[in-house]
Amino acid sequence: MPWYNRQVGTIYLDHNATTPVASDVSDAVDTAQRQLFGNPSSIHGVGQAAKTELDDARAAVADLIGAEPTQIVFTTGGSEADNLALRGVAGSQSSRRHMVATAIEHEAVLHTLKALERAGWQVTLVRVDHTGVVDPSVVEEALTDETALVSVMHANNEIGTIQPIAELAPLVHARGALLHTDAVQSAGKLPVDVQALGVDLLSLSGHKFNGPKGVGALWVRRGTTLRSQLTGGKQERGRRAGTENVPGLVGLGVAARLAVRKQTSETTRLTVLRDRLEGGILASVSGTRVNGDPVRRVANTSNISFDGVEAESLLIALDLEGVAVSTGSACSSGTLSPSHVLRAMGFSPRRTQNSIRFSLGLGNSAAEIDRVLELLPGIVSRLRAVVGVRTPTRARG
Amino acid sequence: MRVVVAMSGGVDSSVAAARLVADGHEVIGLSMQLYDQSAAEQHFGGCCSLDDLQDARRVAAALGIPHYVMNFEQAFTDTVVSTFVREYTIGRTPIPCVQCNGELKFSHLLDRAEALGADRVATGHYARLAPATDEAGVRLQRGLDESKDQSYFLFTLTQSQLTRALFPVGEMRKFEVRQAARDLGLAVADKPDSQELCFVPNGSPSKLVEELAPQAPGAGPIRDLHGREIGRHAGIHHFTVGQRKGLGVSGPVPLYVVQIDAQDHGITVGPRSALERQDLTASQVNWIAGAGPPTRRVTARIRHRHPDAPAVVESLDDARATVRFDDPQTAVAPGQAVVFYEGQTVLGGGWID
Repeated sequence: MPWYNRQVGTIYLDHNATTPVASDVSDAVDTAQRQLFGNPSSIHGVGQAAKTELDDARAAVADLIGAEPTQIVFTTGGSEADNLALRGVAGSQSSRRHMVATAIEHEAVLHTLKALERAGWQVTLVRVDHTGVVDPSVVEEALTDETALVSVMHANNEIGTIQPIAELAPLVHARGALLHTDAVQSAGKLPVDVQALGVDLLSLSGHKFNGPKGVGALWVRRGTTLRSQLTGGKQERGRRAGTENVPGLVGLGVAARLAVRKQTSETTRLTVLRDRLEGGILASVSGTRVNGDPVRRVANTSNISFDGVEAESLLIALDLEGVAVSTGSACSSGTLSPSHVLRAMGFSPRRTQNSIRFSLGLGNSAAEIDRVLELLPGIVSRLRAVVGVRTPTRARG
Repeated sequence: MRVVVAMSGGVDSSVAAARLVADGHEVIGLSMQLYDQSAAEQHFGGCCSLDDLQDARRVAAALGIPHYVMNFEQAFTDTVVSTFVREYTIGRTPIPCVQCNGELKFSHLLDRAEALGADRVATGHYARLAPATDEAGVRLQRGLDESKDQSYFLFTLTQSQLTRALFPVGEMRKFEVRQAARDLGLAVADKPDSQELCFVPNGSPSKLVEELAPQAPGAGPIRDLHGREIGRHAGIHHFTVGQRKGLGVSGPVPLYVVQIDAQDHGITVGPRSALERQDLTASQVNWIAGAGPPTRRVTARIRHRHPDAPAVVESLDDARATVRFDDPQTAVAPGQAVVFYEGQTVLGGGWID
C-alpha cells in the first residue's frame, strides 16, 4: 500500500492548495451522479430535472458573492475563469490593447497575460509593497486610454494579503477600463460582494472551500461583453460551450451554501487557531518572521520565514511527521521554484526559500496546532544544524 | 535505520530502494530535479524527463515508501554544468557524472538526508563497499557485475562520504536487478539503461557548450604531426582526444585527434600510433584510504569501459601524481579521470592533465 494512504492522522495545513470535500457536498455529488444523469439542455423531464438542480446551484453561488444567478458562468475552476475573463475581454475588444495586473497574481493570470503579450497586447505588472499590498495610486499611474482590463486578485494564495479592490474600482472605471478580481482565495472565506467590490468580473473555485475539484465560476457584470473561449453549444448563455458537469456543480452549490452558513463562525475560529500557531512559532522558534500584512489578510493563512532553513527540507521533514504544509506554488514536477510573490515583495532570494505557508481550514483543531508547535522547534534546529552549513542555493532568475 | 535513496526512476535505483525496504529499513525516496524538466521535455526528448520522476514516484508508491522531488537546479548548474562547459572550452573532455556523485549526491543530497534524520544515502550504482581489514573506515570496490561496474565514477568520494553511502545493487548482476524488479512487479523492470548525459540535448555536448558559453573559442587550424595546417575546424569543443569522426580532413591512413591546444584553438591529428602514451600526470588526486607509500603499483583505468592497465603511480606535491604504464595506452584524454585499482579495490584517482 502506498505510504501516503496510511497517513490517516495527517494534520492538513494546506487548505489554500485545496480543501477536503465536505461530507454534505460529497453526498450531494454522489446523489446527483446517480440520479441526475440528464443533459440540462434536453427538453424532456430527465433533462429538466438536471437543469433545475443546476439552476439551484447557480443561485447558491450567486448568493455567495451577492450576485444575480444569470451572471454566473460555470467553469472547470479558477484557472479557466481567469482565462475566460482575460481572453474573453481581449477577444471582445477592438481598440484598447493594454492590460494591468499586479506582480503577485496567480499563474493563471500571469501566464495568460504572457500569452496575450505574445499576441500583441501591452501588459503592465505593477509592484506591491513589502506586505504584498498594491497601492491604488500605483495602479492608477499604470492606466492609459488603451487599458482594457485591470486584474488584481482579492486575496493572495501564498500570504493571504487582501487587496484594496473597492478602492481600485472607481479609478479603473474612470479610465473606461474593466476590473477583474481573482477571488479564488477569498470566496467562501471572507464576505465577498461583487457590488461592494465594484468589480466587473470575478473568478472563484469550488475546491478551495470544501467543494469538488473541477468546478468554479466566473461572475460577469451585466452588460460586459466577453468572447467565448470554448465554442460549441449555447450553454452558459453562449459564454462557455459544453455539457455542464452537473454533479460537480451541484456539489459547488452545496459548498457555497455551507460557506455562507459557516463564514462568520469559521473566520472567528480560524483566526484564533492561526494566532495560536503563529504566536507559538514566533515564541518557540528563533529567527522566524510573519510574511505579508498581519491584519489585512484572510483568517486561515500564515506565511512564515525560518531563517537558515530550506523550506523544501522543512516541508518534507514535517510531512514525514504527518504534517502537510506548503511553500510557494508547486510546479509540474512537484518540486519548488522560488515564490514570485515573495520576490515581488522585495524579499531576498534566500528568504523566499526559507518560507513556509500554513493554511488552515474546516477540520483543523487546537490539538493539531499544538502538535505542530511541539514538533517544529526540534525539526528546525536539526535542519539548521545540517543544511545551514552549505550556502543555500540561489533563486532561479 | 532511516535511509534516503536517490531515485532516478531507473531500474537500478528502484531495486536499490526495494532491497532496503526488504531489509527492514525506513526508506525515503528522493529524486533530484536538476533543471527545469518541463522545459527540458520539449528540448531534450525522453531522457531524465518528467517521465523519469513519474517512474520514481510510481516505484515508491509500489514499495510503500515516501518520495519527494528536491530542487537541485542551482547546485547542478553551478557545479556540474558549469564545469562541463568550461572544460570543453579549454579543450578537455569532462566526466560530469563524477562531479554529480561527489558534489551533489554525496554532498548536497547527503546533507538534506541528514537533515531528515537519515543515516545513509543509497544509490543504484554498481559498486561495493567493504570494511577495511587493516584499519578503520571503508573501502570502495568494483561492482560484482564487471560489465556494469561504475566504481570509476565514484573515485572522488572520501571516507566521510563513503561511510554514509550504500550501494544495494553492487552485489548484483544487471540481469538479476531486472529480474528482481520484475518479481516485484515494478513498471521500470525493462526500462532501457540511460545512455547519454542527462542534461545534454540529443547527445550533443557541442550544442550545449555553444548555448551556455557563446564566447567559447571558435574556428581554428587542424595540423598534422609536423605542424602543417591541413584544414580548419569549427571550434575545439567539438573534439576529444582519440576522436576520429567529424575531422573533415583525410590522409592515407585514418586520422585521430592527438592533441587539443586551448591557446591557439588548434587541433593536431595523426595516425592511431600517435595516440599512444606511456605516462600521464593527474591532479586533485584522491586516495580513498590515504596516500600510502609514495610509489605504488596499481592497475589504472583512463576511461569508463576501458580495461585497466598495470602502472606505477608516483605521488607528487599538491595532490598530483605521475602515472607510468607498463605498456603504452591509447587516447589519454585530458579532463577524463584516471582511477587506480588494487584488485577489486579502488585506491583512488585523479583528473588527467
